[in-house]
Amino acid sequence: MGNKPKIAFYWCSSCGGCEESLVDMAEAIVELSTQIEIVLWPVAADFKKKDIEAMADGEIVATMLNGAIRTSEQEEMARLLRRKSQILIAYGSCAYTGGIPGLSNQFPREQLLKYVYHDAPSVVNPEGQDPQTEFHDAGRVATLPIFSEVVRSLDQVVDVDYYIPGCAPNPELVLDAIHALLSGNLPSKGTVLAPDIALCEHCPRLKTKPADIAIDEFKRPHQHLIDPNVCMLVQGFACLGPATRSGCGGACLKANMPCTGCFGPMSNVRDQGAKALCALASIVAGTTNEEIDSALDGIPDPVGTFYRYGLAKSMLRRKVNMEPTLSK
Amino acid sequence: MDDKTIGNGSEEVRIGFFICHCGSNIAGTIDVEAVADYVRTLPNVVVSSDYKYTCSVAGQDMIVEDILKYKLNRVVVAACSPLLHEKTFRAATQRGGINPFFFHMVNIREHGSWVHQDRALATQKAMDMARGAIARVKFHKALEKRREPVRQSVLVVGGGIAGIHAALTMANAGKKVYLVEREPTIGGHMAMFDKTFPTLDCAACILTPKMSEVGSHPNIVLWSYSEVTEIKGYVGNYDVTVKRKPRYIKEDLCVGCLDCIDHCVFKTGNTDDEFNQNLSKRKPVYIPFAQAVPRLVAIDPAACTHLNGGKCEQSCATACDRQAIDFEQKETFEHIGVGAVIVATGFKPFDAHRKPLYGYGRFPDVYTALEVERLVCSSGPTGGDVVLKDGSKPKSVGIIHCVGSRDHQTNRWCSRVCCMYSLKLAHLLKEHTDAEIYNFYIDIRTPGKGYEEFYERLQEEGNHFIRGRVGDITDVPIIPEEEGRMIVRVEDSLAGFVRRIPVDMVVLATGLEPREDASEIRRRFNISCSSEGFFLERHPKLAPVSTTTDGVFLAGCCQGPKDIPDTVAQAGAAAAESLVLLDVGYVEMEPMTAFVTEKYCSGCKTCLPLCPFSAISRDEEKGVAVINPVLCKGCGTCVAACPSGAITQNLFEDRQIFAEIEELLVHA
Ligand SMILES: Cc1cc2nc3c(=O)[nH]c(=O)nc-3n(C[C@H](O)[C@H](O)[C@H](O)COP(=O)(O)OP(=O)(O)OC[C@H]3O[C@@H](n4cnc5c(N)ncnc54)[C@H](O)[C@@H]3O)c2cc1C
Ligand code: SF4
Ligand code: SF4
Ligand code: SF4
Repeated sequence: MGNKPKIAFYWCSSCGGCEESLVDMAEAIVELSTQIEIVLWPVAADFKKKDIEAMADGEIVATMLNGAIRTSEQEEMARLLRRKSQILIAYGSCAYTGGIPGLSNQFPREQLLKYVYHDAPSVVNPEGQDPQTEFHDAGRVATLPIFSEVVRSLDQVVDVDYYIPGCAPNPELVLDAIHALLSGNLPSKGTVLAPDIALCEHCPRLKTKPADIAIDEFKRPHQHLIDPNVCMLVQGFACLGPATRSGCGGACLKANMPCTGCFGPMSNVRDQGAKALCALASIVAGTTNEEIDSALDGIPDPVGTFYRYGLAKSMLRRKVNMEPTLSK
Repeated sequence: MDDKTIGNGSEEVRIGFFICHCGSNIAGTIDVEAVADYVRTLPNVVVSSDYKYTCSVAGQDMIVEDILKYKLNRVVVAACSPLLHEKTFRAATQRGGINPFFFHMVNIREHGSWVHQDRALATQKAMDMARGAIARVKFHKALEKRREPVRQSVLVVGGGIAGIHAALTMANAGKKVYLVEREPTIGGHMAMFDKTFPTLDCAACILTPKMSEVGSHPNIVLWSYSEVTEIKGYVGNYDVTVKRKPRYIKEDLCVGCLDCIDHCVFKTGNTDDEFNQNLSKRKPVYIPFAQAVPRLVAIDPAACTHLNGGKCEQSCATACDRQAIDFEQKETFEHIGVGAVIVATGFKPFDAHRKPLYGYGRFPDVYTALEVERLVCSSGPTGGDVVLKDGSKPKSVGIIHCVGSRDHQTNRWCSRVCCMYSLKLAHLLKEHTDAEIYNFYIDIRTPGKGYEEFYERLQEEGNHFIRGRVGDITDVPIIPEEEGRMIVRVEDSLAGFVRRIPVDMVVLATGLEPREDASEIRRRFNISCSSEGFFLERHPKLAPVSTTTDGVFLAGCCQGPKDIPDTVAQAGAAAAESLVLLDVGYVEMEPMTAFVTEKYCSGCKTCLPLCPFSAISRDEEKGVAVINPVLCKGCGTCVAACPSGAITQNLFEDRQIFAEIEELLVHA
């Protein structure tokens, strides 16, 4: 092995899809493995935390970390890997913008725990136990990480060098990123490693979108037949393509589903959800409250629609029940 | 986000802050010294001071001197509304030698001292707002105002007395005028009157010379029987499309000999004569009245046998030895460019059917005032004989004021001219018939030169004035004198009892209303209207003939009811405003417009339908949106909507707004 660049993969609050995307690189990853040394990959290889701790700071050339940060353990690992790595890459939507787990920021921690351990219909918990961070048994102590108040994106916890967007990222983007890494051909720090232009630019359906588009009814994709050649918005499906970075190859649209926004916003946009909402709201037909309300009825869960992947990193971030105070 | 131009480039940001007492308007509620002391501690603030009246010459000089003394490159003034003094302080900033857009204004009066009472909290709020402004102004950029040339021509829409006067004024000043009138002749309502109050001078004698002058003026292009169908562009550069309806006459051949009318197969009229308020009939080939301008006949396609597909020998055409009649004529469109527009589309009289208790349409001898104007006119349907439908002369006449005015069931406004024209008609009817004349009024309103004197004269002439709103008109008699007559029932509010006055003729002094198509016209010319539907002036006192669209002006009754003297005065004012625009020769465009950064535009088309000023188009080749800076008014709609953040608006850039909000909300 010797002086091949050391690379680490790690996962935090995630579904495993990002790991899958690494495996999806297929032969490419085998070929890559001759050029790099993988020093950590919990899903595929048996390395321990202490192996990393034993390394010198900065010894790892790059770490690709997927998943959002919800627990104390994830935070600890993020800090450790940050210290040991020259380059830290937030891999996938959850690490980048909080992802699906970030939607839980709509509820206080206590409410989440109560539901999951007591109220959910599938729960069997006759003693009414709550999870504990410590458990003592015959002089031994078992610990569980602390479940924090909110979900955070990786860069809300540690300094991040690059972002690879996607839920999950597609192999081409990842390969490009690794090749750039190996050749030292990296863009400026903080760059999102995907084209800085919205998906519509590459969408074959764009030509069917009229200049005076106006939506009088939003429809939900599972309730209707979708024309595979016509712009989703023209058909009334809330497509986030206009507000979402391209680079995915239009995978969802190829599968005849509207874009749900997983690649996040363009570099000029602070808050993808707000922008998507503004854009779609501006093209709602109708002038009376009733007409507008009835069009919007087709979007029963606006946060889940516009902030599906980005709530944690958005300007909204979380729901708080706090009295406003006048200070100073 | 790439940081193109923070400030002047890389130089250090040096901010001067000035807070105004506005006498006690601000300082009475806000501790301005404390705010100045606080702002002095903020990053990049080099000087911070308070002054009694910052907008005064001395106050402005202080800003200029401090810019030079402290080498400032940003200025923030906390004072009144930017609407009032942003221009003043931008100019002062410029005099200090820096670009005027490195200035920002904080409104601590309307948003502060005037709406708060708690001194401590108001002072705190002023500090927060100032801190926001200090944070924002760092990101300001130098901006330039654009200049666009102004076309040396004007469009006047509507050829009533308002449009006529405005057109002549402009034309006499040497400007090219296009006058577009919907009807076959200009003249509007005034052409229908016999006499005008309060001088009782003959309407035709004063109007028709002006009409002919319009017709022959070398600087005026008169398009009657025409309408504006589209207007695009912006102040100084409007592109207008005018539809010219077919009048089935070759205008260049017709000399107005009227032989065709004499030779029409219809020997008498076969259709209602609108000019005579349908009190007489006219032929399908006609001229609205003898002095019509242009003096051209028109053929009414609804009344002409031939144009209705019927068999007709077309004797009119054969009678014309100039072969001017052309049944094949189609509508045509003219395209013109103008620098300014004067809208003078006038009013419509209130529809008397809407007050059914007054019996209009039910009793034959209930007339509207405009009908009576025609009846007393010597060129009217009866040659000036005031006779009832049965041919007899009325012995007593009731004139009901305020029909469709000052009435919560119809129109709440006062129509301003009805009292006076009722007095005029009372005088003329008395002169023509010697009948007893009863005026039923709520109040007599005579605010005009010579108007009250005219009222006194009418009282001396023995007219009766009964104060009270008429309840109804009935034909059910209760005493023999009422037999076969109409009885006006009114509560006499001075005497305190209900009167029944039998009359032979009733005149309804109908009020003035916006035209039916006012809202369509309003949209076409992109102007606003007030709640009652008259076109809205930009400011009721200080910009009475301007509109919210630059370069579009108002004249006459389309803006609200008024008499002829006021109409003419307003038309003169609208012409003067247009002349200013044309004579300056260019328009300065505010730079707070939006622009698209091509490389970020995905061409998603979201913005295209949104611009209220049609400033956005699509470059099909590049697949991107393009904003015409000249049309953009900086409303920000597209900026908010662009999901790519590809649209930036000068002075409202994200980084400016966010910097301001973040500092404002530090305590939140
Ligand atoms: C019964 C009566 C008696 C009156 N008597 C007097 C009086 O004695 N003295 C006095 O001072 N005032 C009098 N007035 C008020 C007077 O009529 C108005 O002040 C005057 O006519 C207003 O002129 P104008 O040009 O604004 O409108 P108008 O006279 O209504 O002229 C508007 C013109 O615009 C044209 N037009 C409308 N829409 C369009 C369009 N879309 N495109 C092109 N052209 C269009 C119309 O055909 C018309 O020719 C009287 C009013 C009434 C109702
Ligand atoms: S809105 Fe969606 S479907 Fe329509 S052009 Fe854009 S990406 Fe394609
Ligand atoms: S909304 Fe933005 S990205 Fe879409 S076409 Fe307009 S400028 Fe381009
Ligand atoms: S800012 Fe307003 S006026 Fe300007 S282009 Fe955008 S929508 Fe049109």
